[in-house]
Amino acid sequence: MLEAILFYILAAVLLGMGLLVITRTNPIASALAMVAAFAALAALYALLSASLVAIIQILVYAGGIMVLMIFVIMLLNLHPDDLKPMRAKGWVVVLALTGVWGVVLAPVALIFFPAGSQPPAPLAEGFGGIFSVGEKMFSDYLFPFEMLSLVLLTAIVGALVLSKRKL
Amino acid sequence: MDSQTFTLINITVMTVVAWIVPLQFVPVFIWLERKGSAIIQDRIGPDRTGILGFRLFGMVQNFADVVKLLMKENIVPANVNRFYFMLAPFWAMTVSLLPLLVVPFAAPLDFAGRTVRFQAADLGVGLLYILSITSMGVFGIILAGWSSNNKFSLLGGLRSSAQMISYELSMGLAMVGILMVYQDVRMSSIVEAQGRLLTAWGHTLPLPHWGIFLQPLSFLLFLVASFAETNRNPFDLAEGESELVAGFHVEYSSVKFSLFFMAEYSNMVVAAFVIATLFLGGYQVPFASTETLRQNPQLTLSLLCLLVALLKGTAGLIFYKIGNRQRHLYAGVKRAEPFLFSGLCFAVALAALALLAMGLTMGLPAWMNGVLTVFLQVLCLSLKVLFFCWLFVWVRWTLPRFRYDQLMKMGWKLMLPLALLNLLVTGVIILTQK
Repeated sequence: MLEAILFYILAAVLLGMGLLVITRTNPIASALAMVAAFAALAALYALLSASLVAIIQILVYAGGIMVLMIFVIMLLNLHPDDLKPMRAKGWVVVLALTGVWGVVLAPVALIFFPAGSQPPAPLAEGFGGIFSVGEKMFSDYLFPFEMLSLVLLTAIVGALVLSKRKL
Repeated sequence: MDSQTFTLINITVMTVVAWIVPLQFVPVFIWLERKGSAIIQDRIGPDRTGILGFRLFGMVQNFADVVKLLMKENIVPANVNRFYFMLAPFWAMTVSLLPLLVVPFAAPLDFAGRTVRFQAADLGVGLLYILSITSMGVFGIILAGWSSNNKFSLLGGLRSSAQMISYELSMGLAMVGILMVYQDVRMSSIVEAQGRLLTAWGHTLPLPHWGIFLQPLSFLLFLVASFAETNRNPFDLAEGESELVAGFHVEYSSVKFSLFFMAEYSNMVVAAFVIATLFLGGYQVPFASTETLRQNPQLTLSLLCLLVALLKGTAGLIFYKIGNRQRHLYAGVKRAEPFLFSGLCFAVALAALALLAMGLTMGLPAWMNGVLTVFLQVLCLSLKVLFFCWLFVWVRWTLPRFRYDQLMKMGWKLMLPLALLNLLVTGVIILTQK
């Protein structure tokens, strides 16, 4: 019961903040709404017993990436004239709303017509903690993990090449 | 009362305690800073404010400051972004109080069939939680700098956020060293693991199993990074009075400024707690593990009483010397006050010794063992934390400020490679020990 209440509160915060991200004209306001959305998302992960993912969400996205984004926004020195509200075309709005409602309604349909109603199995000890995730990551998913680090390395090298032409 | 209710009450109480502790350390810290800077610069420090002539060695100055800050006009400049301008100090203060939730203040105590925990949340991701909360602290400063609509503020905010991002890396990597050594990120397990004696290649050394001995380089890096993270001298370029007036909080006054001020100090208190917990054994009494203390109540009582007697005796002596030095300057309460406090301290010291004698001759009731251990461990942790608080003061008033390029060079070209090297060496040593 408590979990359901928490879930709906957090989901409402997440959706509200997501709307703020795309409706604010001030980029800093959008970025901060995004931080709040990430925090709500992290709380949702924590509700799903994925404590490590929740904390990484805060650490990497809210604390790391968003700080860099705000940093860039502040350095851009935007003039108020650049920040006029944008008007979307009517058919884009209709299309977007339909798409969003499709995505929202699909789970609702699943609630009314459940695919199979087995009781969920109890979680293993330490599920979602640092040990179980680490074990999976460095045994079953070692190759994708290493590939991801190579992708990141590529990004770093790319940034270096772009910024330091005369290296 | 069933065990679930009990746990809930326990957690609630400890949460409140974890919020109050830094708030209580802040005035002490501010007093320590003022008197410490005075001692280092050969001044007297605050000694004018008093209540009925009682000056509490300058401590009353804090009350005067609080009254001043609360009474001042709450100015909001015309062209600021009002919502974010108001949000920033609250953000800074809130974030600075959060990390202490995962720090254990004493070993869990079994009492009347229940386990009392002295830690608000024993999270499985404890260390990462601290890192993630401190990384959220940057927003307060960025917001303040940006929303003030002032070039000095913006520069201060930019400097400080760049600095915090740079030093967070070394801080995180230093934490990874601790994580590798203790093989866990849960704070309670890390502190428990520090209660043993150090063993290396099968030899037991006469040293506690503390992070500072296992990871000396990590300790140094963490210490430097925490100075940078708390925007403290020699890394306080965000404020940089000589070039930026006051940096990100130029436009703030009255309560909003005091929130920033308190957040700065409570950040340092939290940093001191984290350093003490990760590297100096947290609540562990050196060479005496929790089990040893629990099984030998006489030992615990002697340690506790002797420590209190020693501390109070030293304080009494210092107060007496202060009184003697000032006796020809003042009259009345001002003259009598240091002697009064000296007497009180000596009385407490004597009472502690008397308690010790009583406890040793008459024996102790069984339930006292655990309680005494808790007292001793909390005292031990507080002493470690106070030492680091003093270190923050000490460094601030002895070292000059870095230049900004030096700061960045040190963060990226010295500390980061050193932290990586430390991890490599640690890994090799752990492999050879297996």
